[in-house]
Amino acid sequence: MRIAIIQFGGTNCDRDVLHVLKNVMNVDAELVWFKDKNLDCFDGAVIPGGFSYGDYLRAGAIAARTPIMDSVRKMVSEGKPVIGICNGFQVLTESGLLDGALATNSYPKFLCKWTHLRVDNTDTPFTSRFEKGDVIQIPIAHKEGNFYADQSAISDLNKNNQVVFRYVDEDGTADDESNPNGSKENIAGIINSSRNVIGLMPHPERASEKVLGSDDGLKIFQSMVDYIQTLQ
Amino acid sequence: MQYLADVTVELKSGMLDPEGNTIKRALGHLGYETNDVKTAKKFTIDLDAESFDDARQKVDEMCQKLIANPIIHNYTIDLREA
Repeated sequence: MRIAIIQFGGTNCDRDVLHVLKNVMNVDAELVWFKDKNLDCFDGAVIPGGFSYGDYLRAGAIAARTPIMDSVRKMVSEGKPVIGICNGFQVLTESGLLDGALATNSYPKFLCKWTHLRVDNTDTPFTSRFEKGDVIQIPIAHKEGNFYADQSAISDLNKNNQVVFRYVDEDGTADDESNPNGSKENIAGIINSSRNVIGLMPHPERASEKVLGSDDGLKIFQSMVDYIQTLQ
Repeated sequence: MQYLADVTVELKSGMLDPEGNTIKRALGHLGYETNDVKTAKKFTIDLDAESFDDARQKVDEMCQKLIANPIIHNYTIDLREA
């Protein structure tokens, strides 16, 4: 099993993800520069966080139009799992692989803090190690994390059970106070309709070892690896 | 023929514009009361095209594919001969 961690100019959480996969989980993972277009030898991909292309135009907009995204699309069509974290989530929405858009935070400031998330869907390749309703702690670090989609798109996401994570308080209640950035219905992470592409604003790679304050994020990567093993 | 297109991209109505709201408050500090302030981004695109219609079509495609995000933005194109 090999997992690709895709790097664009301005990506800066790539090595954190590599550390978690390789050193914490002992999984074969590799950094892949966006000009290396062929991803055929990989079984899954992570699009990590950062500021690809300096957030020029819109966060994730330029990276979403690079040729390597055609290879990511190919992986997705083959049923391989792809996870986009923070800027990676923005890249996935900008490329049309996920619904919605990430607009500027309702209070337009860069937020870097711990959040509580509720796992609303465990029937995905990325959350199988959780129990439905689990409240987990994973930090956010973004200024453009305000998930937006029009009301009919939000209804569809809810109806199809595509909302995977919501921002909540420590008791698991999703309300305005536990919503850090103004996201519609406290949405922190969604999955595509074929259930193999997930995007989330919080950074699971920053919460994958107890020494960092939480290892709740590790289960996301472990679930993904479990899923890849079932495909092999 | 060479054309210049001024493209203005703005948030759809009803979407939160935190930057616009902050500017509105700052204008208030200066004594200017306003009903609303909206921000927008302007792009000037210099291109060659066979005709005015051809230029407009090309710029419209550029807006749909990259310059605007149709989920959150409206855009206008102001086209003229260079």
